[in-house]
Amino acid sequence: MIVKKVTPLLAGLIFLFGVYIVLHGHLTPGGGFAGGAIIAGAFILLILAYGSSALNLRKEVAGSSNTESVALLMVCILAIMGLLFGAKVFFFNFLPKGTPGELLSAGFIPLYNIFIGIEVAGAILTIFLALVIFKEESSK
Amino acid sequence: MGFRGPGHPAAFANKLTQSNMELTISIILGFMIIGAIYAIHARDLLSAVVAMGIVGYGLVVCFLLLKAPDLAIVQIVVETITLVIMVAVVLDSTREELKISLDRRAIVQVIAGLIVFAGLFYFFTLAIENLDPLGIHTMRMSETYVNGAVEKTGSINLVTGVLFDFRAYDTLGEAVILYIAALGVLTLLRIKGKK
Repeated sequence: MIVKKVTPLLAGLIFLFGVYIVLHGHLTPGGGFAGGAIIAGAFILLILAYGSSALNLRKEVAGSSNTESVALLMVCILAIMGLLFGAKVFFFNFLPKGTPGELLSAGFIPLYNIFIGIEVAGAILTIFLALVIFKEESSK
Repeated sequence: MGFRGPGHPAAFANKLTQSNMELTISIILGFMIIGAIYAIHARDLLSAVVAMGIVGYGLVVCFLLLKAPDLAIVQIVVETITLVIMVAVVLDSTREELKISLDRRAIVQVIAGLIVFAGLFYFFTLAIENLDPLGIHTMRMSETYVNGAVEKTGSINLVTGVLFDFRAYDTLGEAVILYIAALGVLTLLRIKGKK
């Protein structure tokens, strides 16, 4: 009962904290990997609190695996854009650098961070959901 | 030390002197070793999982003391998630440890493992002969990273600057590894396809 009341309040905060970690990856400690794991943790907390029957897990696992695939594809597209613009180098940092220390700086590092964050969150969530679905279906 | 941006939360670690910090890390490492040994010998699998938690969270404190908050965040989140999954697995299956009997096949496997270990150890001894003596840093590559990272990448977090700009290939590889891990879990755990 207490868990079910507190979890929706906390999960949103944890999700926001993960987004903050991802967006400020080039300014403060953290980055795509840490933030993505935190975002996945928020969803895992929701699933643990409400049980696997409350959510449509099949739909969710399809959504999370699609999301991570698209995010990884976007990372590759970013890398190839470095080939097209500027120097002919894979992963060339082609965007303007800006002033170091501001939120919108460091070229394409924030973008890359965001896509890596989405990819990591999707991957961890997919693994967790696959395990939960396996347990549900094998216990039937 | 390398470049540290304004507002970098590493100031608290400077309060500890060098010898103090080494002592603290040694104590934490001792606890981690005790936890790992207990995890091997525990009869109850649930307490073994919790003892493995000591190792993981001790590692988090070590990362924080060694001024690596980036790693510490990842370690603490991943450790929590894996602990939850392991506890769920133990509660769902069995709490007893399986009995392992030594038959002929197990002995052959142990001997094969020892042969591989001896081969790897031979190459290990070859490799450490060519290393620099202890205490001398080989900073040929990292020196340029530490000195010119802010101008070249525009990111004041040096770790992100290295991971996402100089070593962007590494990061792509890590992301692909996670992707393939998720694919593998989805493939192994499908039930409908097997029938």
